[in-house]
Amino acid sequence: MTAAVRPVESLVTRSASLETAVAGTAILVLVCGLLVLVGFPLWSLLSKSLYVRGEFAGLQNFIAYVTTPALSRSVINSLFVALVTTLIVVPIAFAYAYALTRTSMRAKGLLYATALVPLFAPSLLPAISLIYFFGNQGFLKSWMFGGSIYGPAGIIMAEVFYCFPHALTILVAALRLADARLYEAAEALGASRPRIFYTVTLGGAKYGLVSAVMVVFTLVITDFGIPKVIGGQFSVLATDVYKQVMGQQNFEMGAVVGVILLIPAVIAFLVDRLAQRRQVALVSARAVAYAPNRSPLRDAAALALCIVVSGIFLAVLGMAVWASFVTYWPYNLGLTLQHYAFEIADSSGWQPFFNSLEVAALTAICGTAVIFVGAYLVEKIRAFPVLRFVAQFLAMLPMAVPGLVLGLGYIFFFNAAWNPLNVLYGTIAILVLNCTAHFYTVPHITATTALKQIDPEFEAVSASLKVPFWRTFTRVTVPISLPAILDIAVYLFVSAMTTVSAIIFLYSTDTKLASIAAVNMDEAGFTASAAGMCVLVVLASMTVKLLQVLADRLLLDRLQAWRRR
Amino acid sequence: MTDEASKGVTGVAPYLRVRNLVKTYGTFTALDSVSLDVVAGEFVCFLGPSGCGKTTLLRAIAGLDPQTSGTIEQAGRDISNLPPPARDFGIVFQSYALFPNLTVAANVAYGLVSRGRPKAETAERVTMLLQLVGLSDQGAKYPGQLSGGQQQRVALARALATSPGLLLLDEPLSALDARVRIHLRREIKDLQRRVGVTTIMVTHDQEEALTMADRIVVMNRGAIEQIGSPAEVYRKPATEFVADFIGAMTFIPASALDDTHVKAGPLVFETAPFSIRQGSTVKLGIRPEEVRVRNLGADVPNRLDTRIEALEFLGAFARARLVPVVAPELQVTADFSMNALRDLSLVEGQSLTVSLPPETLRVFPVPQ
Ligand SMILES: Nc1ncnc2c1ncn2[C@@H]1O[C@H](COP(=O)(O)OP(=O)(O)OP(=O)(O)O)[C@@H](O)[C@H]1O
Ligand SMILES: [Mg+2]
Repeated sequence: MTAAVRPVESLVTRSASLETAVAGTAILVLVCGLLVLVGFPLWSLLSKSLYVRGEFAGLQNFIAYVTTPALSRSVINSLFVALVTTLIVVPIAFAYAYALTRTSMRAKGLLYATALVPLFAPSLLPAISLIYFFGNQGFLKSWMFGGSIYGPAGIIMAEVFYCFPHALTILVAALRLADARLYEAAEALGASRPRIFYTVTLGGAKYGLVSAVMVVFTLVITDFGIPKVIGGQFSVLATDVYKQVMGQQNFEMGAVVGVILLIPAVIAFLVDRLAQRRQVALVSARAVAYAPNRSPLRDAAALALCIVVSGIFLAVLGMAVWASFVTYWPYNLGLTLQHYAFEIADSSGWQPFFNSLEVAALTAICGTAVIFVGAYLVEKIRAFPVLRFVAQFLAMLPMAVPGLVLGLGYIFFFNAAWNPLNVLYGTIAILVLNCTAHFYTVPHITATTALKQIDPEFEAVSASLKVPFWRTFTRVTVPISLPAILDIAVYLFVSAMTTVSAIIFLYSTDTKLASIAAVNMDEAGFTASAAGMCVLVVLASMTVKLLQVLADRLLLDRLQAWRRR
Repeated sequence: MTDEASKGVTGVAPYLRVRNLVKTYGTFTALDSVSLDVVAGEFVCFLGPSGCGKTTLLRAIAGLDPQTSGTIEQAGRDISNLPPPARDFGIVFQSYALFPNLTVAANVAYGLVSRGRPKAETAERVTMLLQLVGLSDQGAKYPGQLSGGQQQRVALARALATSPGLLLLDEPLSALDARVRIHLRREIKDLQRRVGVTTIMVTHDQEEALTMADRIVVMNRGAIEQIGSPAEVYRKPATEFVADFIGAMTFIPASALDDTHVKAGPLVFETAPFSIRQGSTVKLGIRPEEVRVRNLGADVPNRLDTRIEALEFLGAFARARLVPVVAPELQVTADFSMNALRDLSLVEGQSLTVSLPPETLRVFPVPQ
């Protein structure tokens, strides 16, 4: 009897240790992958900033930076535009979010969707649009009272467009969490309306507000596309990095500016993380959903505000579309397709657009797979706590790293002669890797959140049934998480499609991307073609987003019969 | 505690042997040197207040949260350091953890499919198991379409599918409403008897433990207070904690006279035998339902003249607060059936002579 049992028993023990080995290897691969994707490039950048022409020089570069007024001036400039943009965006976004969540105005869905439009455009699109509105040939030039759109004014206006949806989504999420019981309690206690607003509404959303402020601030400081197009002589940190590296080939000084760019981003990231953690603690499971009552005056005011704001957004987008079809601005307003014959403006023609589609699709597919599996390993595997902690840290790190800084790190790391990975340099692959790394954190959080909602005992049950965890992963975890996975894929596609900053250092003539082509064409004076390229990017991203909405409605509904009661 | 634990059911080698199990979380000790034996085929309940370490002990036995130190043997095999898949158990969680995207049948078949058995054999076993838990016609539904009680039974069928040697249940009934709970109690117990699987169930509901278990392991603050049959832990609680936790008990401060008598105020009570040094401060425990009011002969031991201070109706019985006439500072709680209440026409303020049967009086030491 015993003899018959033994072999089975040792087989089971062996398959159990195989499972542990697979899990360990997978987490190790993840950590190594993240180190290559994020850790080593950043390290290369940091160490590079301490060298002068290959010789270790300590802080000499930084001292040179601080004592060069032309350079250190950019710090003030960057902080200034970031601050002003934040002061404009956050209150408007708050009002907009308030209208969407706390009033009974009509067409909420449509107005929310419209406000999210800027997410689908490269950051330089609003800059190009503004040039058509207020530039030297702009038909609203008189509105500038003799001032110039090229400079801080243009940067700030374009950044407002670019950052608005990011702030809005955060604030909508924060305001949606309203607990009706708090309002009832406050009213029962006889609090006045302003007091209720101040204590309950603002009090409940304050961490969302902190988050929004930090996100907007970081976006502006680290954005490259807008100041490049509309900044004129007004230099900011992001354009300085570009000028040092691409213009003067001074990689060390580029690295120094990169490190300085990293500081506000890291601070903002830490503050945001703290705020997020508090926000979660605020939501109690017993909260009662807040249902706004009708109030004709307030609802009308909310509607007016939303229509004005989304109207401006549509006008900005519309201007770019229109401009791309206008024959010769502003003298011949006849429509033409000639600006879409990109080879006139840029020798690569339409190739960048197809490259972008390829990179975005590959990032969406490979990135989603890596990020979801990675989040699963971090969240659901019980063994290897140290490795999992390292993986979690590396997964959160990219959020704190501006695209330009990461791109620069990639030059130093992947272009190094000693690195066998330097074969990747100048290929589509490195662009995909870079995009995955740059946008890693948000999908990682999405995946982790989705995984946290799945019963933590599934893995325990599988273990008791001697089913290896990867089988439960494919048969249960992935099917249950399909909506989140789709979300992640679309996020990565749109982000890779619209990004400018991270890849500006990494493309080669064969692998130029659409947004880079737009920057180049704008630089060469082919502004209408640049606008056209941006419009194509918007078109592609929106199409994919619409496909997702359709898939959510039709496909998932059919595939996930079990969700119906 | 170790001696008592290893006794188990004498003569039979235990199926599961837990020795000196310790589990710490940082500086917090969740399990403090726990030892116990479970005999093959036995139904054991871990019973104790919230946070006493029941789940921790169960998860250590499953290997889900490995112990800090100590050993666990199952069927003569040392499993202390094996990962869960290398152990032999089926488990049902409080949440059931049914896979929502798989049908009931697929859930039950989950552990069978990966064993590479022929499809027909798997299907047959699933049908058999669903029949066993009384859900023959529900195989094609998804878990979300079943009631809580039905889901619970699917989880049970899934855990039993692979014929594990040990079945672990962590508060399997706590998510259900009272009626379904009582019904399922019997069902689970019957099922366990039919299948003959050694079972450990965690619960904080004493009634559940008393009705279902062959033996109860009473836990408190990460340690075992007593192991015994339901009758044993009820009639002969080893500690004040057990006496208080299982059933109700009034405690009267007293001092030990000899090994069958204590003195409380001016009163001397004859008690069940105990072994506590003479003169020590003790507590005398009286179960309210053991207080006698009828057929009291003149020579009945522990006769006591009292006054009914308060009378509280609790449905099938009434709970009275009795104050001894000669020692009004002492209070005894007594439960009377409605029958007794009517026959003796008891009312508040009335005098009443009661007796406290010595064999039901427990004496507990008071830690200095
Ligand atoms: N991961 C952990 N970290 C720190 N302490 C823990 C952890 N898990 C459990 N504990 C503590 O260990 C003690 C025992 O927990 P356990 O879950 O075993 O209690 P329980 O007896 O099952 O209680 P309940 O009836 O509430 O389920 C508790 O005090 C708990 O706070
Ligand atoms: Mg528990």
